[in-house]
Amino acid sequence: MTQQTVAPPADRVGYRDNSWQLTDMADKATGFHALADALVALTERGHPIVAGTADLKYSNGLVRYQQRYPERFLQFGISEQNMVSAAAGLATTGLIPYVATFASFMSLLAVEQMRTDTAYTKQPVRMIGHHAGFALGFYGASHHATEDIAITRSMANMTVLAPADPAQLAALVEASVDVDGPVYLRMGRGREPLVYDAATAADVRIGRAVVHGFGSDVTLVATGTMVHPALEAVRLLRDRGIDAGVVDMHTVKPLDVDAVLAAARASSLLVAVEEHNVVGGLGGAVAETLTEHGAAVRLVRHGVRDHYVPVGPPTHLYRHLGLDADGIAERVVTALNGEGSDHG
Amino acid sequence: MSLDVTGDQAQPPAQVSVELTDERIRLLEEKALFVRTETVRLISIAKTGHYASTFSCAEIFAALYYHVLNLRRGDPGYPARDRFVMGKGHAAVGLYPLLADWGFFDTSVLDEYTRLGNPLGDHPDMTEVSGVDFSSGTLGHALSAGLGMALGSRITANPFSVFVLLGDGELHEGQIWEAAMSASHHRAGNLIAIVDRNGYSLDGAVDDVVGLEPLADRWRAFGWEVHEVDGHDAGAVASVLARLKNRPHDAAPAVLIAHTVKGKGVHFMESEFGWHLGWLDRADEEAVYAELNGGTAA
Repeated sequence: MTQQTVAPPADRVGYRDNSWQLTDMADKATGFHALADALVALTERGHPIVAGTADLKYSNGLVRYQQRYPERFLQFGISEQNMVSAAAGLATTGLIPYVATFASFMSLLAVEQMRTDTAYTKQPVRMIGHHAGFALGFYGASHHATEDIAITRSMANMTVLAPADPAQLAALVEASVDVDGPVYLRMGRGREPLVYDAATAADVRIGRAVVHGFGSDVTLVATGTMVHPALEAVRLLRDRGIDAGVVDMHTVKPLDVDAVLAAARASSLLVAVEEHNVVGGLGGAVAETLTEHGAAVRLVRHGVRDHYVPVGPPTHLYRHLGLDADGIAERVVTALNGEGSDHG
Repeated sequence: MSLDVTGDQAQPPAQVSVELTDERIRLLEEKALFVRTETVRLISIAKTGHYASTFSCAEIFAALYYHVLNLRRGDPGYPARDRFVMGKGHAAVGLYPLLADWGFFDTSVLDEYTRLGNPLGDHPDMTEVSGVDFSSGTLGHALSAGLGMALGSRITANPFSVFVLLGDGELHEGQIWEAAMSASHHRAGNLIAIVDRNGYSLDGAVDDVVGLEPLADRWRAFGWEVHEVDGHDAGAVASVLARLKNRPHDAAPAVLIAHTVKGKGVHFMESEFGWHLGWLDRADEEAVYAELNGGTAA
């Protein structure tokens, strides 16, 4: 009886052998290798890159950049505020700094340095907030970043990017080198399943969403880590006779207004999907756009429903919060059945 | 008088003279007076401002801009220029007249200080004001920004020096000590901090608010070369800053603790810390001009 009650669910088995941390892709394809390798490629092509981190070079893979360009790698230790301000100083000398730390520390601990030293000054600093959302599942709320999109997109001059997979990450990092002003680039665990092959990803343009079709019933507007489960959810919904599509909104700011309005015209329901609080993030940005353009379409904001995320392995949390394919599909079905949102 | 004090050396680090002529010292003293009288004039336009915080660093401004910094007249973006970053951005009112004096913008811009449409605010904005090397306002960021510039100098093989002016109250900010630790670790010898040790912040004496002593030992413990000076002896300030600038760029970073008087030059500001922020009415303003030009604070 007791044994039965605590018997692990199917995904718990994965937890035991740690396979929840891994995907089936080769280690080479992880987002963090993609980050370092993209920076190496940019440096090889003559861009004035420097890379820095705050005692997380193994977590974000920048150690690979350090191995290749030790004189262009800066270790700041556990001093995120110092790192962001120093990156702004580096940028004034003609360099393009890419500095990386956990998204929670970048967007919350160093928020004022981001705003006053990089955004107000329009310096070309690229700030990579990795392990965003609840990628650091059981580390707890201090290590979760469920506010970073809301915070960074409210900063004037800031570009906000959230790639869907390692291939798109590499393409966006390469594209980001030419952005005028600062960039916040939001990464997940770096182990996201591949959505794109390298050739397809290379077509990415900052500010231009990737449209994976509009559904007459529903279009999912997803960003970052939520693009892959959203695409899976489309297949589940089709099995249930629901016509669904996905817009990959890898650039949250500047938002692709045309793509949002096209989705609004094509679909009777939009669902914004993000690994972020429903307040102020992608859903907020889409809602602002729809309202200002008088688009007559219902929008559901699907994400973390204005609470702190409990501890747990990330894959378990996706399921718990309805942010895996099943949960996203279920949210669409309940919305199409007329159920409203239970959050602000 | 010539402003071409350090020349346009194409191959910095530009060595600068440690021995100042009497003529140079007189120039620095004139420029410090210029900073004070222009500060009074500009704040009369804004109708509120940081007189006392600016008066404490007038000689430091003069020493930097008329002896130490490698600058090129009329060329604020000169790539090999030395950089100056103000942590205590609220003293920018004393900097703007010097930037205009160097021909970085027209002196008429000063006449509309802080008015809507004018680029000059209480705190300096690098995107608006030619000659401002970094924006400031929030205390605590400047040493990090200066460190980034110093490291950038190394990476880009453009060996300029970076001077960062910090308030003593500003040293309460934790980020200062992050930067201090980081700078000595990276051997940023071309990073030179100047602490305007005027002793007061908004709520009173800095050491009553939160004690800073033993300040020199604290910097030494963070791996910095430490010097102290009478911050109102313009020649001495210039000489020691020149000596620090001439050091190898992979030396330890250096800090000059400049002992100063908040409100220096105006007797009632020297004795009343409430003058951190204020405004002089017309009659008091005339008395202040007279006291400054008379050269004797009561």
